[in-house]
Amino acid sequence: MFESILFYTLAAFILGFGVLVVTARNTVHCVVFLVANFLCVAMIYVMLGAEFLAIIQVLVYAGGIVVLYLFVVMLVNLKRGPDAAPDRRRQSRVGFVLAAVMLAEISAILVYSAARPASAVAAAAATPLQTVGNTEVVGMLLYTDYLIPFEVASMLLLVAMIGAILLAKKEI
Amino acid sequence: MPAWLPPPAVLAHLGLILVVFNMLVLSAAFMVWMERKVCAYIQDRNGPNRVGFEGVLQPFADVIKLLFKEELRPKAADALLFAIAPVISAAAAFAAFAVIPFGTSTTLWGLLDQPIPLQVTDVNVAVLVIFAITSMGIYGIVLAGWSSNSKYSLLGGLRSSAQMISYELSYGLALAAVIMLAGSLSLREIVLNQAGTWWGFIPRWYVFLQPIGFLIFMTAGVAETNRAPFDFPEAEQELVAGYHTEYSSMSFAMFFLAEYVNMVTVSAVATSLFLGGWLGPFLPDWLAWVWFLVKVFLILFFYVWMRWTLPRYRYDQLMEFGWKYLLPVAVLNLLATAALILWIG
Amino acid sequence: MTPITPYHYLVLSAALFMLGVIGVMTRRNIIIIFMSIELMLNAVNINLAAFSQQLHNAVGQVFAIFVVAVAAAEAAIGLGIILAFYRNKETLNIDEMNILRW
Repeated sequence: MFESILFYTLAAFILGFGVLVVTARNTVHCVVFLVANFLCVAMIYVMLGAEFLAIIQVLVYAGGIVVLYLFVVMLVNLKRGPDAAPDRRRQSRVGFVLAAVMLAEISAILVYSAARPASAVAAAAATPLQTVGNTEVVGMLLYTDYLIPFEVASMLLLVAMIGAILLAKKEI
Repeated sequence: MPAWLPPPAVLAHLGLILVVFNMLVLSAAFMVWMERKVCAYIQDRNGPNRVGFEGVLQPFADVIKLLFKEELRPKAADALLFAIAPVISAAAAFAAFAVIPFGTSTTLWGLLDQPIPLQVTDVNVAVLVIFAITSMGIYGIVLAGWSSNSKYSLLGGLRSSAQMISYELSYGLALAAVIMLAGSLSLREIVLNQAGTWWGFIPRWYVFLQPIGFLIFMTAGVAETNRAPFDFPEAEQELVAGYHTEYSSMSFAMFFLAEYVNMVTVSAVATSLFLGGWLGPFLPDWLAWVWFLVKVFLILFFYVWMRWTLPRYRYDQLMEFGWKYLLPVAVLNLLATAALILWIG
Repeated sequence: MTPITPYHYLVLSAALFMLGVIGVMTRRNIIIIFMSIELMLNAVNINLAAFSQQLHNAVGQVFAIFVVAVAAAEAAIGLGIILAFYRNKETLNIDEMNILRW
């Protein structure tokens, strides 16, 4: 009961803030709604027993990446946003149509899979829940089985850092 | 006890939340008084001495004055963001304290069947929670700076966020070294790991194992809370009052409160991680929180002392110090700690 | 009320993903398009976490962390490009980002 209330409230907030991100006129407002959205998603992770992921979501996403967005929005500080310019080729209508097609596709998949639940899923749910701290489990996986992807990710971040410096510097 | 009441444990927990909240507000008020008093003595003055004994009630008089002031908002300000920015600041400051333990557990003189720990909640990722909530506090400052639509506010907000992001790295690396030593992310376990003494007289506090980490943490903590000598966001001589230039009345009071509560939180984290939290000799278990308060206020006194002793740096010096000196030292400290743990076992 | 199953999370994630798609398709401010992409990445992460809980296997969370790392790299590079573009053309309109389209 409590879980249901929590889930539906959080889902309403997530989707509400999502709508606001997509529709808000002011870009800074968009960023703020995005942060609120991410915080609600972090709470969904806590509900799913992924505490470490929830913290990473707040720390890296909401506290790091979105601050970057906020910086850029403030630095650029447009008087008149691009969405105020006339939409000559009516692209946003085409966009809505494409999005509707995709919505139909995804809902078809959802309805289809709800009608036929996979058997493997039911079998796995029977195994006992792990009670070890979530951080330890994720850490063990990251540093053993997924060590190479982890290193690749760190390389990616290094390359991105150098690339961002190159792009942002006026003269090298 | 009537049946419609929630179980005593729940009531006790709610009471605990209330106590922690009020303790934070009172600590912040006391801190304001201490700051003015210490500053006055350093400058050979008397400081506030009219309201209450030696001016102890001065902060409350200030708050009442602020409450009755007019709430001003610049015409060109963004109404929504201007209103929520101080709320974000204050909420982030208070929320971080929820995971900090300040004493052993208590049964309230036998009132409860199960003892409750003196801590709002003991999550197993407590250190990261504090870190994450601190990073949320940046939004209050940046949004205040932007939404005021004033150049001083904007410059203050940008400086502050750049400073906080830069120093958060060193702060996090200093934390990581302690986490490696303790092998846990729960603050309660980290504190309990510091129990006992070496050779009977040196307490097993991590400050003795991590002296460099402690220094890095304290330096980064000063920068994180925007205190002198790193108080660029509100450098009076350059930026009027930085990000809260345009704020008045209660919204200003909220920024003010947030700043002081943040200092209390940083000191409490430093106490738990490096100075053994509530552990100390002579006092019985149920009075252990006195040690916690003593340690926290010693660190706070150190902050005040530093503010009125050291001049402000230049902004580029701050950034250079953070990235070119503090961060490499923090990384080396972390590597050395890891190597030593592997070597000694 | 029915108990919350992974299916609920999938529906939520699909809806969030759709919002992202609509944002990318209809907005013309490049920064907002980037933010919509972040929404979509979050929807994917909800899926990964939900499956990870259902299968009692933390690999889903590990992959979600990789997604976050990639999102960080993407934001750094993307915002760098946006700033460089803004310096040259003084606009953020994605319709005018066509100087490579010849």
